[in-house]
Amino acid sequence: MTQINETKLPGVGTLHDFECQSGDRIGVISHHSDRRELVIYDPDDPDRVSESVAMTPDEARVLADLLGGSTVTQRLDDLRQEIAGLAIDWLPISPHSPYADRTIGDTALRSRTGVSIVAIVRGDRPLPAPGPEETLLVDDTAVVVGTPAGIDAAAKLLAPNAP
Amino acid sequence: MIFAASPGAATLLVELGAILVALALLGRLAARAGIPSIPLYLLAGLAVGEGGFFELVTARDFIESAAQIGVILLLLLLGLEYTGRELTAALRDHAPAGAVDLALNFTPGLLLGVVLGWDFRASLLLGGITYISSSGIIAKVLSDLGNTGNRETPIVLAILVTEDLVMALYLPLMAGLLIGGDAIDVGLEVTIAVAAVMTALVLAIKFGNRISAIVFNRSDENLLLSLLGVALLVAGIAEHLQASAAVGAFLVGIALNGPAEHAARNVLGPLKDLFAAMFFAFFGLQINPAELPPALALALGLAVVTAATKLATGWWSAKQAGISTPGRLRAGATLIARGEFSIVIAGIAVAEGIEPDLGPLAAAYVLILAIGGPLIARAADPIAHRLGPRRKRIAGRSN
Repeated sequence: MTQINETKLPGVGTLHDFECQSGDRIGVISHHSDRRELVIYDPDDPDRVSESVAMTPDEARVLADLLGGSTVTQRLDDLRQEIAGLAIDWLPISPHSPYADRTIGDTALRSRTGVSIVAIVRGDRPLPAPGPEETLLVDDTAVVVGTPAGIDAAAKLLAPNAP
Repeated sequence: MIFAASPGAATLLVELGAILVALALLGRLAARAGIPSIPLYLLAGLAVGEGGFFELVTARDFIESAAQIGVILLLLLLGLEYTGRELTAALRDHAPAGAVDLALNFTPGLLLGVVLGWDFRASLLLGGITYISSSGIIAKVLSDLGNTGNRETPIVLAILVTEDLVMALYLPLMAGLLIGGDAIDVGLEVTIAVAAVMTALVLAIKFGNRISAIVFNRSDENLLLSLLGVALLVAGIAEHLQASAAVGAFLVGIALNGPAEHAARNVLGPLKDLFAAMFFAFFGLQINPAELPPALALALGLAVVTAATKLATGWWSAKQAGISTPGRLRAGATLIARGEFSIVIAGIAVAEGIEPDLGPLAAAYVLILAIGGPLIARAADPIAHRLGPRRKRIAGRSN
């Protein structure tokens, strides 16, 4: 079993680090602010971090999933392929999205970005082919189809307002 | 118009708006140049104070009150950074490093005051100014350089924690000394203030969870009002007990933890940015820019000496912890920056008016080390890298 060192960083958070069999040392800083930082130690100077990657809690979860080789992410990856300029994506509706609790018609997504909402995933229940009168609830996931650029624009429209 | 605006009110708005816009522009400039914003805010204050480019008239009183709130918020958020357990652990494990830090860095300021023939209280304040590193600037430097995970960083942070705890005793002590009176009165005053702080600290660590649960509220609005209200109340009461408002706010910050701490940092953060900027500007505003050049040579000398003593502090402490040479250099260089808390201490001296030369000297000193500290830390990184052990390449690894 790998030996993990835990170090308290007063005012910052906690550092966990361990040495891999390859001799490389890596660690994770859990900031008080919930931010995560992946750090890789310099092989020439074991006191020094040579690379650090800042991550949101969500991104850290994705990385953990990927490292764990979870089958869920594999399936998602298969689905997310682009077909000759056509892309499909899942856009979460956060509580701070300007269109939370508004109808699909309100978003005018198709006329503004050329992207269609082909389904809504509510909890674990899919609502296929929702009409323009359908309301987007908080924590829904909108399944959208369009060009990659259009999907980027749609994601920006549905994203929470910048504080 | 809902209320009838007097001409004075209009002037106040224009002056306040102008100074905020000026601070905003300087903040952007600092970010672009990669230096901390504190020294630039200080310069902005210098420019609009007595003897500056133009003098603020109407907004001065408002900025003075805002500056007081700024100190309280600075210390409140500093306290929020720590939990009681982190404080006691840092004291237990790093007391020798803390003692070396105090001895090496308080002494130069104190000695200079004595040599200049200052009042002993002014000398003690100058000691405090050279002693305390800027945890705000250092936290920024650590994350900018990607050094937070380094093996020497826990030592750097522990030294900062011991400094903040020393501040919690030092400020009430100075408050007691500054009231003056005969030795017995002062002794009694100081004892009461220090005892009050110690008691409050123990209570904060012990009952932090319960206090946090009472203060916490899901609504940001309610939380903001409760937090700010409690912090100002405790700070005001502490000031009345001669225990220093700043220390009262620091203790409130330590008492808060869990969800209350988390939410407090979010709702109070922007408020702190606003009022702390006003505080730095107000400190500059009280100083006549004409007095700065004569103080510059002395400040530079003091900065060089105390940069060296901080370097030695970090070096020694890292060595004790088994860190190799490059890490020792990085720890020392990182600790050099002085900033917000040196200004808090200098602000006391200026407010009390005990030594007219102290304000300009402190301003010049902080200007030099708030800008120079991060630059030295940045330069130390590659130098430390070269100091490191020769590359022992393992076959097959490349980078």
